[in-house]
Amino acid sequence: MHELALCQAMMSQVESIAREHRAARVTSITLGIGPLAGVETQLLHSAYPIASAGTIAEGAALLIEATPIRVHCSQCGAQSDALVNRLVCAHCGDWRTDLVSGDEMLLVSVELDKTRAPAAEAIH
Amino acid sequence: MCDTCGCNVTHGNQHLIRPGGKLEITASGREAVSVLHGLLHENDHAARHNRAHFDSHGVLAVNLMSSPGSGKTALLEATIEALGGSLSMAVIEGDLETENDAERIRRHGVPAVQIATGSACHLDAHMVHQALHGLDLSGLDLVFIENVGNLVCPASFDLGQHANVALLSVPEGDDKPAKYPVMFRAADLVMLSKIDLLPVLDDFDPARAEGYLRDLANSAPLIHASSKSGAGIDSWLRWLQERLESRRAAMPAGGLVADDHHHAHGHEHRHDDSHSHQHHREE
Repeated sequence: MHELALCQAMMSQVESIAREHRAARVTSITLGIGPLAGVETQLLHSAYPIASAGTIAEGAALLIEATPIRVHCSQCGAQSDALVNRLVCAHCGDWRTDLVSGDEMLLVSVELDKTRAPAAEAIH
Repeated sequence: MCDTCGCNVTHGNQHLIRPGGKLEITASGREAVSVLHGLLHENDHAARHNRAHFDSHGVLAVNLMSSPGSGKTALLEATIEALGGSLSMAVIEGDLETENDAERIRRHGVPAVQIATGSACHLDAHMVHQALHGLDLSGLDLVFIENVGNLVCPASFDLGQHANVALLSVPEGDDKPAKYPVMFRAADLVMLSKIDLLPVLDDFDPARAEGYLRDLANSAPLIHASSKSGAGIDSWLRWLQERLESRRAAMPAGGLVADDHHHAHGHEHRHDDSHSHQHHREE
């Protein structure tokens, strides 16, 4: 269960972004996660309230966009969708492919509320 | 994963950040900040730092990953016995608890640092960095990092290693690469360990294991080995030697690069007794 560790790493990044932009609070966090990242998004959702409690992002929505698994075949040159444990070319069947997408583990964007920044600074 | 040049943006995720895309449209009074950093940004930074530290000493760092009990420590013991006279090695051991594995390694006269992770199911780059403070890399050729026995989590964390080795022992079954694709996709070498058990566990088919590995588009060499009988250990040692040589060939003339990597955290790697750290060391 490394999802809590991932969530904590994410919160550390989100907090520094919020500080840098002098935001009052974070309203949403968007991640891009591929099936080959080794992350269970359901577990990430479970860990998130624990990791975000007491931070500037407490209560912020966590949006997770799944990226598709796509491979490029080094033999026939085609690009195709693939399964998590079967990354072979859908056109010619060869296994010598390169992953185009599907292993991402990205903090894509953070939505900040800056309207109450002075008050928030007083609190902190 | 690179966070600076835009190579994080792939066919699969570019729609998320396209200007005017849905993530750019925000309610009034709000600002969307596009980040596109790896979620493990801080870990990856520490991993690069570790790698620079290994590189500055001309050390090849190998990360061993597998299920618990698949023979990682036994493989290291066999490696030390075979190469101890010609190469200088050290081991970083990761386990939830105990100093047992580090003690096994030290009995062979090789320095070992044990990281007890407590409840953490994997090593991360910061833990390895801490461990490196207890290890003098001067004069070393190889550092093995024996990760926590786990086929899931360790695969997601870069430690600063140069190569990943995944062990798959015969008793575990030949379909492990299909069941744990993230781990086996990341392997630069896969070792089928405990092959001395094949005669009694004859439902394990090495060809099927290799088929599942190739299905992950992984062309890594697959070595059949037994630390107990010594079978296949030659191939493993040859692979290590080749990796070490190509690693060193990639360095500037003279073998080593200057130890000029920077510490963002305001200290130097020192190995004298005035340097305090909380883990065990043996030099």
